[in-house]
Amino acid sequence: MKVRLVDIAHARSGDKGDTANVGVIALRPEWYPFIAESLTRARVAQHFAGVITGDVERFELPNLNALNFLLHGALDGGGTLSLKTDAQGKVFSTAMLRMLLDVDDDRARSLKLPEAPHK
Amino acid sequence: MSQTSGSNRIVRVAAGQGFWGDWLDAPRRQVEGGPVDYLMLDYLAEVTMSILQKQKERDPNMGYARDFIGAMESVLPAVVDRGVRVVANAGGVNPVACARAVLDVAAARGAAGALKVGVVTGDDLLPHLDALIGKGHPLANMETGEPLSTVRDRVLSANAYIGSVPIVEALARGANVVVTGRSTDTALTMAPLRHEFGWGASDWDRLAAGIIAGHIIECGAQCSGGNCLYDWRNIPDLANVGYPIVEANADGTFVVTKHPGTGGRINVPSVTEQLVYEMGDPHSYITPDVVADFSSIRLAPDGENRVRVFGITGRPATDKLKVSIAYRAGFKAVGTLVYAWPDALEKAQLADRVLRERLDNMGLRFDQLLTEFVGVSATHGPLTVTTGEAPEVQWRIGVRSGDRKAVERFTREIAPLVLNGPPTVTGFAGGRPKVEEIVAYWPALVDKSVVQTKVEILT
Repeated sequence: MKVRLVDIAHARSGDKGDTANVGVIALRPEWYPFIAESLTRARVAQHFAGVITGDVERFELPNLNALNFLLHGALDGGGTLSLKTDAQGKVFSTAMLRMLLDVDDDRARSLKLPEAPHK
Repeated sequence: MSQTSGSNRIVRVAAGQGFWGDWLDAPRRQVEGGPVDYLMLDYLAEVTMSILQKQKERDPNMGYARDFIGAMESVLPAVVDRGVRVVANAGGVNPVACARAVLDVAAARGAAGALKVGVVTGDDLLPHLDALIGKGHPLANMETGEPLSTVRDRVLSANAYIGSVPIVEALARGANVVVTGRSTDTALTMAPLRHEFGWGASDWDRLAAGIIAGHIIECGAQCSGGNCLYDWRNIPDLANVGYPIVEANADGTFVVTKHPGTGGRINVPSVTEQLVYEMGDPHSYITPDVVADFSSIRLAPDGENRVRVFGITGRPATDKLKVSIAYRAGFKAVGTLVYAWPDALEKAQLADRVLRERLDNMGLRFDQLLTEFVGVSATHGPLTVTTGEAPEVQWRIGVRSGDRKAVERFTREIAPLVLNGPPTVTGFAGGRPKVEEIVAYWPALVDKSVVQTKVEILT
């Protein structure tokens, strides 16, 4: 089945130059391993394809049930050079949370993961 | 000054400003809402120093965060009568003038002689820039690797991020107000703890704990319910949001809390959101004093609106300091118009095509043009999932150029579209867009040995 990241995690984002950082935090500790497995560097890079021009770095913080991603080339030059509304990457957090994740039904049941609403 | 003595002694550091422009009421609320030992006020963002440098060029007595003087006025009784000490990086590029303004305000309020203001200087590298480059310090851009010489003639300000050492010295010399220039945000919290508990220069774990305490509270209410995504609907009474307070122990463990009766919320999720804010490599949070390891942090609930933080480890600092350099980087302007139903997005898209054709026809060239449709896709771009027709759309177009005239001409091309472009357009009452000079940020590293800080006590 499908799970929306927005239903199982919260997030905050910010900037460093032309890089946006997105911290993704599991809403329940038992959901962290599933989120960490699902949000690979490649999967996040694919999600932001066409949005960022650089690569993605990924760090694990199991002590906080969190992942930190650095999205390079995300801010149109960054800081004062950027013409974007979100020049400081403040809302990349919920852009990340738009991800739709696949999970097998048994695992979803045992973790009590909420199923994404059907269209 | 602190609440108890001996090994159980707690030192309370309260955050009262998270940036220049933060809530004016917060400093006073922090000193009046309950016991605190230190009030920490962070005023500096990456390009703030360049704004202050421009102000100082116009008036040699300016160049610091003026808000701080009002804040000092509002907390003066607590400082004078109850011994609350204030640590602030409000000094900008003119900490001495800032300190004098604080003393003037105290004198005007009948508290002459009650303040000892510690002034930390030495972060300002602008006067030494050519000498530094001449001696082989390239001050290369940390992101692009380019040497500073490529923009040297456009540099407005250059400040080293300095750490806790000079602040600790000012406190040890009896300052009850410490004013710095570009000290790190986190040092403003760590230095009082280091002073109170006598942490040594190689007490890495405790120094790291002080830095992480600083990171949690340096953005003010952003750890106590402000800008908090987790359960945001149910965060109580944001109108009276309580700014955070660190209650620290000598062993480096601490509790993050806020005054009773205030709004907002402090819990593990709210603190975690702030911990990951503007984070790079969490294993190496580099500061002038210590490299802190965010993967060591443990959080635990400790009662209502209380989170206990423990387990933090740190490693020796590097031999470099980060330098914040600001330089002139051309001009920009942003114009907006609002299009109404029906077909709001299509009308905005047509306006955009018409404007771009006119700019082309005039032969105007820009380094960049950026169009966004606010209400449709401005924040999440191609990730946006559209669910039906937008009832209205704000068309937003920005340009950037080294040629001021081109940007000025652009600003004259928005309003005409109200009468000679697509229909049902409004939202132009703000008038012509303003041309803004871009002051860009150039992060660099420099050897610690070339930065000499100095502490003066003014009374």
